[in-house]
Amino acid sequence: MTKADFRAGAARAVGDVQLRSNFRRAMDGLMEKRAAQFADGEELERLRTLGESIRSRSLARLPELLVQLENNCRENGIQVHWAETAEDGNRIVLDILKRRNAKTLVKGKSMVSEEMELNHFLEAQGIETLESDLGEYIIQLAQEMPSHIVMPVIHRNTAQIAELMERKIAGVSYTENPDELCRIARKVLREKFYKADAGISGVNFAVAETGTLCLVENEGNGRMSTTAPKTHIAVMGIEKVVEHLQDVPPLLSLLTRSATGQPITTYFNMISSPRRPGEQDGPQEVHLVLLDNGRSRILADPELRPTLRCIRCGACMNHCPVYTRVGGHAYQAVIPGPIGEILTPQLRGLDVRGDMPFGSTLCNACVEVCPVRIPIVDILLRLRAEANSPEQGGSVKGAGAKREGKEAMAWKGWQAMHASGAVYNGLSRLLAKTGNMMPGSVGPLKAWTATRTKPRFAARTLHQMTRKRGIPDE
Amino acid sequence: MSERSYPERPESVYFFGTCLIDLFYPGAGMAGIELLQREGLNVIFPQAQSCCGQPAYNSGYRDEARAVARNQVRHFPKPYPVIVPSGSCASMLRNRYPGLFEGDPDEGAAVGFSKRVYELTEFLVHVLKVELTDLGPPMKVTWHGSCSMQREMGLREEPRQLLAQLGNVDLRPLERERECCGFGGTFSIKLPEISAAMAGDKAGDVERSGAEVLVSGDCGCLMNIAGTLEARGRRVAPRHIAEFLWERTHDKG
Ligand code: SF4
Repeated sequence: MTKADFRAGAARAVGDVQLRSNFRRAMDGLMEKRAAQFADGEELERLRTLGESIRSRSLARLPELLVQLENNCRENGIQVHWAETAEDGNRIVLDILKRRNAKTLVKGKSMVSEEMELNHFLEAQGIETLESDLGEYIIQLAQEMPSHIVMPVIHRNTAQIAELMERKIAGVSYTENPDELCRIARKVLREKFYKADAGISGVNFAVAETGTLCLVENEGNGRMSTTAPKTHIAVMGIEKVVEHLQDVPPLLSLLTRSATGQPITTYFNMISSPRRPGEQDGPQEVHLVLLDNGRSRILADPELRPTLRCIRCGACMNHCPVYTRVGGHAYQAVIPGPIGEILTPQLRGLDVRGDMPFGSTLCNACVEVCPVRIPIVDILLRLRAEANSPEQGGSVKGAGAKREGKEAMAWKGWQAMHASGAVYNGLSRLLAKTGNMMPGSVGPLKAWTATRTKPRFAARTLHQMTRKRGIPDE
Repeated sequence: MSERSYPERPESVYFFGTCLIDLFYPGAGMAGIELLQREGLNVIFPQAQSCCGQPAYNSGYRDEARAVARNQVRHFPKPYPVIVPSGSCASMLRNRYPGLFEGDPDEGAAVGFSKRVYELTEFLVHVLKVELTDLGPPMKVTWHGSCSMQREMGLREEPRQLLAQLGNVDLRPLERERECCGFGGTFSIKLPEISAAMAGDKAGDVERSGAEVLVSGDCGCLMNIAGTLEARGRRVAPRHIAEFLWERTHDKG
């Protein structure tokens, strides 16, 4: 596989007219819906302050809270497993399935399982996995990655989905009627729910004091995946824990209103135990897999820690002018957009994805909407510095990996020109005299002039003009 | 940001021209100085100033950025306000210098300096409370507020308040006015395809506004949007807000 590179992916995507219009339309709609939910700006800011403080407080006490969560889950009859890496997590899931002799599996939507590449791993072990979230189901049919963390198939319009379903599902004829398309998918999925040996889900919030797993969804597939099969396995990143039950409602409100502009989702599940004696339904076993996979390292750095406050609402991508232009696949990462630009390089290393923090104009649109006020731009800047750091071994894996001799030298030259008033005055005058003779078609200017006219140096600098006018120097 | 408290009108101010203005739009810098002088202020322009350091800082070259930033910190020593005709450079000087100098011998000076930094329209509105009389002909204009002006400096209304004082100016709304134009400093060179797509969309919005003049407080955005318009053969004149205000309000006779 060639190395993932945002610029290459973006350059391809930007030229795809259909894709661009799909995203623009979808993102405009999402922005409008969110804005309608937060018409009262003061209420929004109060809620953001609360959300930020709940998440910061949880992270500050994360190790204790995780132990508390484990104890309370165990008391409730939920089996808890710790996974240091994605591979560990995959193996834990496989072991559980083997013990239960499970061959088929339905999945609710889970970004952590995408991070683990769980489907891929299990299929290789001969276990059939079926995505039950409509969007995830469609991208599974298309053998694609999600292009958005909340709406995985947002890159396709109805006609493209209709064509796919006709092609991939036996006995289905072409229809663009959304209700009809849903009905077709539901029929396939219903059958699988009843037959599946196990269900897998993600977790939106885990409550330490009660040992409760909360799951937010709109389609009921989450409830089906977690109750119909005999075994339910929940996978979650360790950062998802909160202290108290009362911490959940404000976060839920921020999540659904920021994500889809809904006051609340159609389903909100609170899972606190397997089926108890005398109960009619529910799984016989519930497992919780807690995945670290680099999160402890993020937690340890105070400047980077806010990354873990994320509640995966997707508002930062909906409002991102870059994401809107290129869509999720251009990032070639499980989590795209602004949060992906800061999270992915931290989880996977700057040596692997050091390109991602540079895929931003630093416009702050994400920071303005993030419901838990993650300082995304500050973290982007920090990661850029770490990627280009002259020393290796910073707190992020792969620090210094992006540094290139040629670029480093260019900045040294820039420094020499601008760090001394005398040198700057001399060189800027020279540029005023000769700068316009530089051809626009070579070097860094080439990229600029492909779609813009060449900037023109003024005949005299402001320094020269002010001196001539007698503007005092001190 | 918006909760910032403002000082009384001072006698003297420093002017930080920014490197883009210095090399490409010196007229905008001169106009900024003249707007301040007209209010009776003694404007000082330290000749040793160069660049705020943002290009290197945003590219992750912090040592190089700090070396250049130090040159600015040292050449604005007196306790006068530092006026900057750019939201982007003002934000670098104001919001990033303290962190950049953390643990450095010049930290105290850098923090003191950053507290004295004001963006030009911010200073004209909140400290000088200027009153403008429009002497220019009727004109259709649209305003592009840069991302740093709006979201880092929290200055959304200030430039509009100034433009609204010009009786003959018809300020046209710009669609998606809060969206980034795609400049992003070195972003425009490193990710040129996305930058061009964003600039192209913004240029289209500017055209559709029906404005004859595009006014902004940041020359990076102006260069990006106007350069795109010009390459398409469209006639919308770019103007920095300082130059626009000065041109329309000073008595040429
Ligand atoms: S970073 Fe903020 S806006 Fe983006 S997904 Fe996470 S919580 Fe939502």
